Amino acid sequence: MNLLNLFRRSREGSAGAAKERLQILLAHERVDSEAPEYLPMLQKELIAVIEKYLDVDDEKVEVRLERGRELSTLEVNIELPGAENLQGRARGRPTAGTLLQA
Amino acid sequence: MARIIVVTSGKGGVGKTTSTAAIGAGLAMSGKKTVVIDFDVGLRNLDMILGCERRVVFDFINVIHGEAKLHQALVKDKRLENLAVLPTSQTRDKDALTRDGVEKVLDQLRDEYDYIVCDSPAGIERGAHMAMYYADDAVVVSNPEVSSVRDSDRILGLLSSKTRRAERGEEPVKAQLLLTRYDPARVEKGEMLKVDDVLEILAIPLLGVIPESQSVLKASNLGMPVVLDESSNAGKAYLDAVKRLMGEQIEHRVLAPERRSFFQRLLGRTA
Repeated sequence: MNLLNLFRRSREGSAGAAKERLQILLAHERVDSEAPEYLPMLQKELIAVIEKYLDVDDEKVEVRLERGRELSTLEVNIELPGAENLQGRARGRPTAGTLLQA
Repeated sequence: MARIIVVTSGKGGVGKTTSTAAIGAGLAMSGKKTVVIDFDVGLRNLDMILGCERRVVFDFINVIHGEAKLHQALVKDKRLENLAVLPTSQTRDKDALTRDGVEKVLDQLRDEYDYIVCDSPAGIERGAHMAMYYADDAVVVSNPEVSSVRDSDRILGLLSSKTRRAERGEEPVKAQLLLTRYDPARVEKGEMLKVDDVLEILAIPLLGVIPESQSVLKASNLGMPVVLDESSNAGKAYLDAVKRLMGEQIEHRVLAPERRSFFQRLLGRTA
């Protein structure tokens, strides 16, 4: 939502904003209610795959979702141990990268 | 150590969710770290009123069931950095809430926040019980209308018997009245119950009187807590109530509803 929209909306009255918010949300919810909640499963499986190769701290996994009209974005941020925390670990494991974005 | 406040009423449609959003935002504006929790499982709405509905990923029930971490389920408000929302599940039913599960989540939040505001569902079933069980304070939302006042009285009975404080014989939950949709002009004409009438019947302290206001619907349309609307008398009344909740002595004032101007009425515009 940019500033321009905000001004345009205020001229139209807030009902236009209400209608748009409802249309977007309900379009998503009608689809979601037919399918099981997939996000917890998706997260679990994703972490399981990554754990095969890297040490992942459950507390450092962040999932963000933004539902939109045209498209939605799912962002998964997994913080990986940095160089300092990798000392003493077996060689051959990845050391590069502190943030993996899926 | 956070104080836990339940916003409850018994009757539906009196303004619990609007009040939860306004109080939560008001506390956050005062610099208090605040989290608002939606206890209305299956009928999620607090996210909508706060305008973060498109960003909900996980929910309260996911956290209780161990399917997500608490920090993943909290949605941070984009306008107020001190405010976070814990949305509820839209797909499950009220049995998904367990006393142990709720306690675990509240205990985690208690260390990190100053205030935890629980938005109770209407009714006196499981969801309403869960929302009030761990409360330190209760904001009883009522309209100046007979069925609403009657239901508030019923809720007051539950607050004094079915909460952890009551069961343990501790200091009782501090219940205060928030009278919403108040119209002084109609009170003047004798068409609406007076604040004093309601206080006399319910016999609890007054937290605030929120005037009937056009700005409440506008705020809901925009997904913005009404306290952020500086021109709103309802917003001002909520901010007064928030200060009282934080222990400040603020004199009670009954703000007039914003009347529609002649031209607005002529054009038939409402918001």
